[in-house]
Amino acid sequence: MGSSREKVLERLRQARPPPAPLPEVPASPVRFEDLPARFAQSVTDVGGACVRVQGLAEAAAAVRALPVAQSARQIVSLLPDVLPGTLALDSVDDPHGLAGVDLAVVPGEFGVAENGAVWLTDAVLKQRRAVLFVTQHLVLVVPARELVHTLHEAYGRLLLGAPGFGLFISGPSKTADIEQALVIGAHGARSTTVVLVG
Amino acid sequence: MHTVPHSDEVPAAMNAHARAALTLVRDDARLHWHDAAVWNMRSKRDRAASTVPDWEALRDAASRIKLHTLSRLPEYLEEFERKALALGAQVHWAADASEHNAIVLGLLRDRGVTRLVKSKSMLTEECHLNPALEAAGIEVVDTDLGERIVQLGHEPPSHIVMPAIHKKREEIGELFHRTLHTPEGLSDPKQLTEAARQHLREKFLAGQAGLTGVNFAVAETGGFVVCTNEGNADLGVSLPPIHIACMGLEKLVPRATDLAVFLRLLARSGTGQPITTYTSHFHGPRPGGELHIVLVDNGRSALLASETHRRALCCIRCGACMNTCPVYRRSGGHSYGTTVPGPIGSVLSPAADAVRNMSLPFASSLCGSCSDVCPVKIDLHSQLLAWRRELNARGLTPAMKRRGVHLASWVLRRPWRYRLAGGMVRFFGRLLPAGLLRALSGGWGRERDLPALPARSFRQEWGRRGV
Repeated sequence: MGSSREKVLERLRQARPPPAPLPEVPASPVRFEDLPARFAQSVTDVGGACVRVQGLAEAAAAVRALPVAQSARQIVSLLPDVLPGTLALDSVDDPHGLAGVDLAVVPGEFGVAENGAVWLTDAVLKQRRAVLFVTQHLVLVVPARELVHTLHEAYGRLLLGAPGFGLFISGPSKTADIEQALVIGAHGARSTTVVLVG
Repeated sequence: MHTVPHSDEVPAAMNAHARAALTLVRDDARLHWHDAAVWNMRSKRDRAASTVPDWEALRDAASRIKLHTLSRLPEYLEEFERKALALGAQVHWAADASEHNAIVLGLLRDRGVTRLVKSKSMLTEECHLNPALEAAGIEVVDTDLGERIVQLGHEPPSHIVMPAIHKKREEIGELFHRTLHTPEGLSDPKQLTEAARQHLREKFLAGQAGLTGVNFAVAETGGFVVCTNEGNADLGVSLPPIHIACMGLEKLVPRATDLAVFLRLLARSGTGQPITTYTSHFHGPRPGGELHIVLVDNGRSALLASETHRRALCCIRCGACMNTCPVYRRSGGHSYGTTVPGPIGSVLSPAADAVRNMSLPFASSLCGSCSDVCPVKIDLHSQLLAWRRELNARGLTPAMKRRGVHLASWVLRRPWRYRLAGGMVRFFGRLLPAGLLRALSGGWGRERDLPALPARSFRQEWGRRGV
């Protein structure tokens, strides 16, 4: 295996193209006048739902009113003030134990207006990220002041490189693999609701 | 004018791609259905691109970032490896496909894994990983819906983003009835997807290891990004403790901030979405888990050495070039006989095996639409033309074609020869029977009538009108 490493690197050194400078990442001119409105529109465009509320009390009322919250039997909530959970995430050591989760309520770190994506990390999920993907439905709670216009700003504020997992989620799980018919709920969440607070 | 031949006879002079395309071409209704389905993706791409005012600046940046990375690839790979190791991942190097397969098999065997769940990876298709693992008694489940459909049907994917684009819903219903025991006659995509969801959920929960591809790896952080819409990559690697990520060594970008450029381009170019549903950033293994990264050459260093073709290594596998290609849309992915079809496949495949894939650079009208939509500005149609020249120089074009091109170049080199040849064609062309003319016009005349030959040349007409 070590020999292949050397072999491959040597081949690449032999094949080296002429130098080409690394360009600066261009700043995007994209600026939305009404950032929350545009974010909400983007979430809707990707098949999600966006609810705008003033504070946590209103968020709690909005989430409780969701049909998926009313019908959920097993709930993992990292925001008990918004919706109490029925299963404590840190009580589950084997992620397979999360297989029956109907609804997960999770705080998102920030949102991206151009594409409706919400950034989440393993740290918030207590290293049990599987819950995001096995749950039947997902509610993400994002502070309205934590919105950026484009991915350029998003990566500007992310400090990647430490051990861990982070991801953007934009809308519910979907597929168009059968005759390009859009079907929501492929393997992951059948619905993603973003609650924008503030 | 245009008539599709109804005979089942295959003309002898037809090249391998054209011959393979007859399956689709001879089914007129399916041909038009396929054409429209693929064009739909191109239209979505156009709408998405038009909403981004800095689209061209992004394409330009993406192209230059990739070209820079290629110019320092060994350094960036070593930096990536160092950082990935520091994060707790294990890094493996494979010089070719068989070494890649042996590494994956070794990892699984050593850990007693007999059930692997896999998300879409064109690299593992290229290396033919599945049959290698299955021969060793490992159950491999492709979890992307399109990939699962073609896996159940024992077919290769026909598109890199939509692997089952060639199949109709009724055929998928029939396949699921046969393999997953769904009710007979199911053809609603919602019901079919739900059936696949239930079936694959079981497989996810039973998987002992997960394998993913890599969309982008970041040299400065040692992490990598995987993009899916279904969530299958994430489900596959967040349940079992072992994650194997296989990547071609051209997948690197230098900086995390470069991801903004590529992610703004990727999904918009591929499916017209502003971003994929899940864009996952892996930095090291899960606590208590294992992360293995397999770096694969398999011909990439040889491509890097080619001044003409190295730009093809910039490809981010969005599929836009096949969606726009008039030949792909009307011949279907399977007609290429390669893992990656369409314009980018026709550039990459002859580099891997020129003799086997010598017909592919001719599966193009050279219209240049592929180059126009490519998010990393690969000069695809110029590369296809360059391949034709190279194949010709290596004697890998049909003798008739070489003689014809030779004759044409002799005629076109002197104006008097051109004028004389034009006069002869107009004179004899009007005397000869249409059937003979069609035969003489080669493949072009097989499905078309020649237009009536004019009495005077353009030059004569121009002079006569005294302009």
